[in-house]
Amino acid sequence: MMLFSAQRTEKLAFAALWASAAIVVLPVLGIIAVMLYRGASGLSWGLLFGAREGLLPAIVGTVLLVSLTALIAAPLGVAAAVYLNEYARAGPLVRLIRLAIVNLAGVPSVVYGLFGLALFVTLFHFGRSLLAGSCTLALLVLPLIISTSEEALRQVPQGLRHASLGLGASQWQTVRRVVLPNALPGIITGLILSISRAAGETAPILFTAAFYSLTSPLPKSVFDPILVLPYQLFVMATEVPNVPESTKWATALVLVVVVLGINLFAIVLRARLRGSRRW
Amino acid sequence: MKRRTLRAQEWLVERTIHVAGMLAIAFVVLIFAFLLRDALPVFRGDSLEHLLAGRYWRPTSAPAQFGMLPLILGSLYVTVGALVISLPLGLACAVFISEVAPVRLREVLKPLVELLAAIPSVVYGFLGLLMIGPWLADALHLPIGQFAGLGSLLLAFMAIPTVVSVSEDAIRAVPAALRESSLALGATQWQTIIKVVVPAARSGIIAASLLGLGRAIGETMTVLMVTGNAAVIPQGLAGFFKPVRTMTATIAAEMGEVAYHSPHYHALFAVGLLLFLITFATNTIADTVVRRAGGVKTR
Repeated sequence: MMLFSAQRTEKLAFAALWASAAIVVLPVLGIIAVMLYRGASGLSWGLLFGAREGLLPAIVGTVLLVSLTALIAAPLGVAAAVYLNEYARAGPLVRLIRLAIVNLAGVPSVVYGLFGLALFVTLFHFGRSLLAGSCTLALLVLPLIISTSEEALRQVPQGLRHASLGLGASQWQTVRRVVLPNALPGIITGLILSISRAAGETAPILFTAAFYSLTSPLPKSVFDPILVLPYQLFVMATEVPNVPESTKWATALVLVVVVLGINLFAIVLRARLRGSRRW
Repeated sequence: MKRRTLRAQEWLVERTIHVAGMLAIAFVVLIFAFLLRDALPVFRGDSLEHLLAGRYWRPTSAPAQFGMLPLILGSLYVTVGALVISLPLGLACAVFISEVAPVRLREVLKPLVELLAAIPSVVYGFLGLLMIGPWLADALHLPIGQFAGLGSLLLAFMAIPTVVSVSEDAIRAVPAALRESSLALGATQWQTIIKVVVPAARSGIIAASLLGLGRAIGETMTVLMVTGNAAVIPQGLAGFFKPVRTMTATIAAEMGEVAYHSPHYHALFAVGLLLFLITFATNTIADTVVRRAGGVKTR
């Protein structure tokens, strides 16, 4: 004898599924609402662009850091993806490379920080600097760039490659003139996503690049340490007692707007590009 | 002549690409080698057993003690708590998105869930420290708004997108014929989901759990900010409501201040090495499970 009929059970179960989706999604909306509400009240022209005690140096520092990161990681990541999708034959080597990529993506961010400290800061004598931080972050986003670029390359129809090869083009000519241009939009989207990831990371740059100050100039070279938004927020929230509450919330809002803004840009771009393709 | 230089150029470019393909392997090996190099000197002062099972982490007392047990258990508490929350919620969410939700809602839900992963961990920590922690301390009558369970709660939300997207891929890979035969035999949609679809997607769901585990145990900034950072051994269920200190938080909090090549420096690298080995194991197992099942991508 069953306690509930199959139909009743289904109703209950579906209600539970709806509820769990709500439990996951409502906090997201809540977080955004709270951040907007509390952050906006602390936001002012002076806080954003003030010559002293403004967030501008940290915003510029973040932009410099992620730009240099992308500059280092993009060629490596795209080349690795080209190898995997265009040149490699399935076998134990490729299997090993894929396993390495999965593991690289899973290394805890603070462990990247340790590695950056041992290799870039100490062994290469970069010191605690923009360059050391960018190199560390480049490693962190590399697996993301490889997998998104590979996905983009995979979307290019096989027929295009065959047509090019059939006309007598070499494999590299095919890759460069046919495959890469067609995969470029997808590759760029992946790159922007990884920039947004790098912009929000704190742990890898704790001991490789970041320092805290409210009145600091911009770095003069890649060997200077830098101010970045996530680290600024971390220190304000945990270590500096006399920062007004409203300034903290405003800093958090600026960070979220920067990171989610870049992210949203990538998503919109992807949707646009997907719409414009026909194969 | 011209043709020959072109050939040479092409050869060079293709060599470079081949080398780039091996980079991922090279970096994993390099990371392991450097962690090992800077961790090894700590074993001169302490035995492995002493380090792993030592009950006291007192790096600045004299003599310094580097027992990692409180840190390992701290990480374990926070991680297990996070999984208890994120696995059922994430799986239910994945089932909802792929099997039950109306198409329009699905298109809205997916990016919202992905948004959870895009929010920087320092922002989760900030919210936990300034808002959610004090709320919960008030509601649960706790003496302090920084405790293990708060870390678990926040980590759960950070791990949910991973769990959802990997399980969803697995569920979508279940052949439609299986669903249709079940429905044709008169099973309800729910019976089909719970008895046919979820079991068929089992290996993908296991992989999702392992990847979620890997994410949670490696998370740093949020735990550093909200779990109170007390290197004590948590006891029983009450331990969830008391401050703990994880392996990641210990590295993040202490590495900035230690002297280069001091015993403390090497001990922190040993903690990092242990973290690396744990995540390496979970990721490798997850990858193997997925590959054996065939098809589903781990991301």
